[in-house]
Amino acid sequence: MANLKDTEKKTKSQAMGMHTEVLTGRTQQKFFNPDEAENFYYFGTYDVDFNKRTDLDVINMTAADANKKIDSLMSEGYGTIVIKNPQGKHSLGVGILNKLNLIFEGSLGYFGMGSCDGPIVRINGRVGWSCAENLMAGKVVIEKNAGSCFGAAIRGGDLICKGSVGARTGIDMKGGTIIIGGDAGAFTGFMMQRGRIIILGDVGINLGDSMYDGTIFVGGEIGSYGSDAVDAELTSSDQDWLRRKLKVAEIGANFDVSKMKKVVAGKKLWNYDNLEPTEKKGAI
Amino acid sequence: MCGIAGLIHRGKSSNVGSELQGMLQALKHRGEDSTGYALYGDTDGKNFIMRFKVGENVGEGSSSIVEDVSVYDERKKIVDQTLTELGAKIVKEERTLPYSLRYEIVYDKKDLLDFSQKIESIPGVEILSMGKSLEVIKDLGNAKAVCDRYSLDKLVGTHAIGHARMATESGVDIKSAHPFWGYPFSDVSVVHNGQLTNYWNNRRALESQGMRFMSECDSELIAVYLAQKMREGSSLEEGMKESLTGLDGVFTYFVATKNSLGMAKDTMAAKPLVLYESDDLVAMGSEEIAIRSILPQEIDTYDPFDGEVKVWQI
Repeated sequence: MANLKDTEKKTKSQAMGMHTEVLTGRTQQKFFNPDEAENFYYFGTYDVDFNKRTDLDVINMTAADANKKIDSLMSEGYGTIVIKNPQGKHSLGVGILNKLNLIFEGSLGYFGMGSCDGPIVRINGRVGWSCAENLMAGKVVIEKNAGSCFGAAIRGGDLICKGSVGARTGIDMKGGTIIIGGDAGAFTGFMMQRGRIIILGDVGINLGDSMYDGTIFVGGEIGSYGSDAVDAELTSSDQDWLRRKLKVAEIGANFDVSKMKKVVAGKKLWNYDNLEPTEKKGAI
Repeated sequence: MCGIAGLIHRGKSSNVGSELQGMLQALKHRGEDSTGYALYGDTDGKNFIMRFKVGENVGEGSSSIVEDVSVYDERKKIVDQTLTELGAKIVKEERTLPYSLRYEIVYDKKDLLDFSQKIESIPGVEILSMGKSLEVIKDLGNAKAVCDRYSLDKLVGTHAIGHARMATESGVDIKSAHPFWGYPFSDVSVVHNGQLTNYWNNRRALESQGMRFMSECDSELIAVYLAQKMREGSSLEEGMKESLTGLDGVFTYFVATKNSLGMAKDTMAAKPLVLYESDDLVAMGSEEIAIRSILPQEIDTYDPFDGEVKVWQI
């Protein structure tokens, strides 16, 4: 555990009286000072050159070794990396926190591209469960299908699957956009808190179950609505946004967004009011 | 967590023993307490193949009680005697391990219920499979260890299902290992990944109708449930569809018969399954790396949706 001590050198926030202590030891607080923005260092990131390109064949590598090699290549300034023969390996491409063009020539297993912040990724194959979990920023495009828990808990960025996805897509998502070219499984948008999900095809049962906030757009049939998921009016600004988003995502070029259904949270779950448990039963 | 894998060649035979071993070994991180194979080999279809055990593997990690090996010989003698009494003739006998045997037998009657009940009334004896093509081989250890122990890598056939088990709800022993034979139906086997939450209710109901359970593994319920549905006149596919509501919990399971292979996924889609389908081959497993062990080239795969049932013929 880090030590706490007083310090004479004051940061801007300390000068403003927000706090008086700093952490020392192995874990240290980092304070962002706008005056020193150019010196601000985001641990584990690299300045890369997109024009500096290389291939990496991971056929005989473990996922850990492959990820270390990607990190090493980024540290050498490579900004475009093509991964050959991923062959369904799990946890490839995780924890990339800077801009990067990353291309996978094949399919990934579970937890591919998890906890990333910034890379532009194209996967010319399929992805397994929990692809791009906790994505903060960037863009991940999957050319084929995806497994369940696609985009679980993402905070930002664009996550695009041109095929179909499994169950619980966008579970617990807190921002960003998920776009599905095909169909989506059960419990899509389960407990989502913010962000948008676009599904051009059909979606399974319990859509948007227990969603707190956010918006789901569906082009096809809905298996059933989950608890507290309700229809909302599709406005003209919604349609404009959908057209822009689909165009940027290079998906559904001729799709008629005016016929899409918009699903939002009814906000009648207990956490949206101060009703007692017995009262809220009557409210739902 | 357990791993399941299966494949079916359509219109041809292949080395399914070796292929399934590769698929299950790729899933060994999902559990290697025990591994089981249900292999549908090429046979002339005349004789029954009975795989049975007269004791448990009591090696390292086993939860079974150690027995004197001499009881295995005594049990085998009683099995041989009972087979004679039933009118069955042993034409080939293999004893791979002291507790594990494979018989090829001539038996004319179609109803295997009476046959199985009499054999299994011998204490310590369990029929692992009975069929004219099916052979269930299961034991403790990972896929390669079991494959090597039983020399399965050269078995040629049309289809197979298998299971890599992490024991959670019952012991580390052969009786709780998958696949389960669809007792008393010839050539029916089941593997399962998940948990069934209405196991005891269903078990009590099925036992009251005369169905037999050999273990306390919840997955065995699926085999017994489907067998009962077929006894009542349902087709296998109809039974599988009924299981989506009849079984409660989370599950993905495979079931195989002499000529077909099927999969079912619960309505919560809580257990994984990746599927590859082409004109001449269907391969599926809990993770894509299982399929990649036999198809390393880039292929199109997908996850079946919630509540989906599919059946393929050879």
